[in-house]
Order: sequence, then structure tokens, then C-alpha cells
Amino acid sequence: MTEKVLSWLDERLGLTTIYSVVLDRKVPKVNWWYTLGSATLFLLIMQILTGIFLTVYYVPSPDHAYDSVQYIMTGVSFGWLIRGIHHWGASLMVVFVVLHMLRTFYLGAYKYPRELTWFTGVILLLATLGMGFTGYLLPWNQRAYWATTVGTSIAGTVPVIGPLIMRVLRGGTDLSAVTLARFFAMHIWGLPAIILAVVGIHLYLVVRIGISSVPTEED
Amino acid sequence: MAKRARYRLSRREFVNLVVGALGSIMGAVVGIPIIGYLVSPALKAQKSEAWIPLGPLENYPIDVPTPFNFTRTKVHGWERTVSSYGVYVLRTAEDQAKVFSNVCTHLSCRVKWREDLGQYACPCHDGFFDKNGDVISGPPPRPLDQYETKVEDGNLLIHFVEG
Repeated sequence: MTEKVLSWLDERLGLTTIYSVVLDRKVPKVNWWYTLGSATLFLLIMQILTGIFLTVYYVPSPDHAYDSVQYIMTGVSFGWLIRGIHHWGASLMVVFVVLHMLRTFYLGAYKYPRELTWFTGVILLLATLGMGFTGYLLPWNQRAYWATTVGTSIAGTVPVIGPLIMRVLRGGTDLSAVTLARFFAMHIWGLPAIILAVVGIHLYLVVRIGISSVPTEED
Repeated sequence: MAKRARYRLSRREFVNLVVGALGSIMGAVVGIPIIGYLVSPALKAQKSEAWIPLGPLENYPIDVPTPFNFTRTKVHGWERTVSSYGVYVLRTAEDQAKVFSNVCTHLSCRVKWREDLGQYACPCHDGFFDKNGDVISGPPPRPLDQYETKVEDGNLLIHFVEG
């Protein structure tokens, strides 16, 4: 029965083709450094899942943001676990993205024909940092507030257009409810949309071109 | 030799068993926190009870339903909500009183004592109750709810239970 259903689906969806192209593709003999991309993808999925669960209780308003986070930590069963994974996963994500980039750089994997993979990777690196920056404000505690004050002020030091950038980031001259709401929007809608789209391209390129082998003496 | 010893687990069966067992454990480790996380606020007991003072009994005229309002603060997750409640005090004797909730037993609208009719009237679906809270006409399925009362040092108190 299951076999019948599967073959019916397979005939229409081409599941075995997808499987063989994505998972049975030939890869050169490489080392553990080549697993950093997969590790990052795993972390990204964890961040998406725990992030979705956090939005069940989190409220992006100055009146309730802090209290709702406290509620997640102390009032909801396993809330500490979900937020803990999201919190530590965020740091790990940055670490792994950077390590993944360094591996790609030092092993020369960014070269022809993988320039576009590198290029999309750069976007993903920046988007990941953006996630870290916007997510940092959301607990709305003292550290979050002042870190964002400093962060947006740094953006304000850009010559000529700095003050404008700062105002756009803050949604006004000061850090306020508007800042919290737009950081939240970027954190759960804007940047994830960019990340998911670009990860799609990134992975498509990895599957299409294949991964590079470890450089040898002749390279 | 026991009879059971004759049956030998094949390697494939063993692997299937181990994978199944480990998979179930891993599924539980991931699944239980997620279910607990989503469901726990619904399961928390939100019962609250208190004796609420309604003031000296002698303030209430005998045999005339008199409204009294009070508020209760409730914590819902990260928010405190102040809800107001209304009751009607019917002093039946020198030292006795009945206290009715003003919540209609039909669909929870608020009833109002109509002095001109001598009845409690619910504006939503034309439910009417008499002075003692019994249904006269309309859809309400049961009489108005009454609070447990007590009189201490001449003060009227009601037992408020919620949740």
C-alpha cells in the first residue's frame, strides 16, 4: 500500500530523481572542515523552529516585551529550553558561518566556477549578522537597549548620510517602541525571507556545481 | 534449553528494533518539550478565591436589590488585567442578605434591576428574573448565581470563587 502511494507520488513528483541528484551526488574525498555548511544549515533550521515557538508568547511592545520574555523563561514549561536554544544557537550560528567562510577562503573553494556560491554566501553572512543585531534588542532589557543605542549610533558615524541611516534604523531620533517593532519585523519577516531565498540559491549552486576538493600541491 | 531460545533475532530485525527504540526516545525528547511549551499555559490552574467585603450590612435597604461593584486583578501570562464585577445585594432580613451575580445565566450578558418592573432584565435576549433570582421568562436555563455570604461585625462579605 505505502509502496503504491509512494510510486504514485514518485511518478508525478520525481522524488527518486531529487533524491539521487541531491543526496547521491558524487563528492570528492574531503575532511571535516567541509561539514561546516551543513552544521550552519542545521543551526539555521533550529533557529527558525525555536524562533517560531518564541513568537507564540513574545510581544514586541515596550510595555510587554520584557515581561513576555520573563514569562517565557519562568512561566511556560520548557520556555527556558526553547529560548536557551535560540539564544545560544544565535551565537553558534555566527561562529559557524564565519568558520564556514574561512574554510571556503583558505581552501580556495570560492574560485571558478563557484564565485556565485561565494557571493550568495556573503549575503548570508551579512544577513546572519543582521539577525544577531535585530534579535539582540528584542528582550528589551538594559543590555539590549544600550547595545542597540550604541549599534545605531555607530551607524550614525557614517559621513554625510550617517544621521539619516541612524534615524531610519531607529524609526525616529530616539530608541522607542517604533525601533522595537521594526527590529522585530526585520528579525522575523525581512531577514528570514532574504536568508531563506538566498540559502535556496546557495544550496542549488552547491548541488549543481558540486563541492570543491581539497587543494593539492599542483593547484 | 528454553523454547524461546530457538528464535533468533536476525541482524536486520535487531537494527530495526534499535533504530525504532532510539527514534522514539529522540522523538519524545524533542516532542514533549514542544507540546509542554505550547499547552502549559492552558493547563495552569487559574483559580482565585477571596472573601470580598461589601461594606456594612446596614447600608443596604431591606428588600431592595442594590448594586455593588468591585474589581479583581488577574495575571494572564505577562499582563495584569483588572476585571470589574457587579453584584446585586438583596437584604432579606435585619442580619441576612442574598447576593446575586449580575451575569445572566444564558449567555453572560449583564442583567439590570428594573425598579419599574420589579424584575432583573437581561437586555441581550429578553431574559427576566424575579427579585430572588428565579427565571420568570426568556431563555436563561437557571436562576441567577448566588454568592456564599457571611456577616462579620456587621459587615457583609461574599465568597468569590473563579476559575
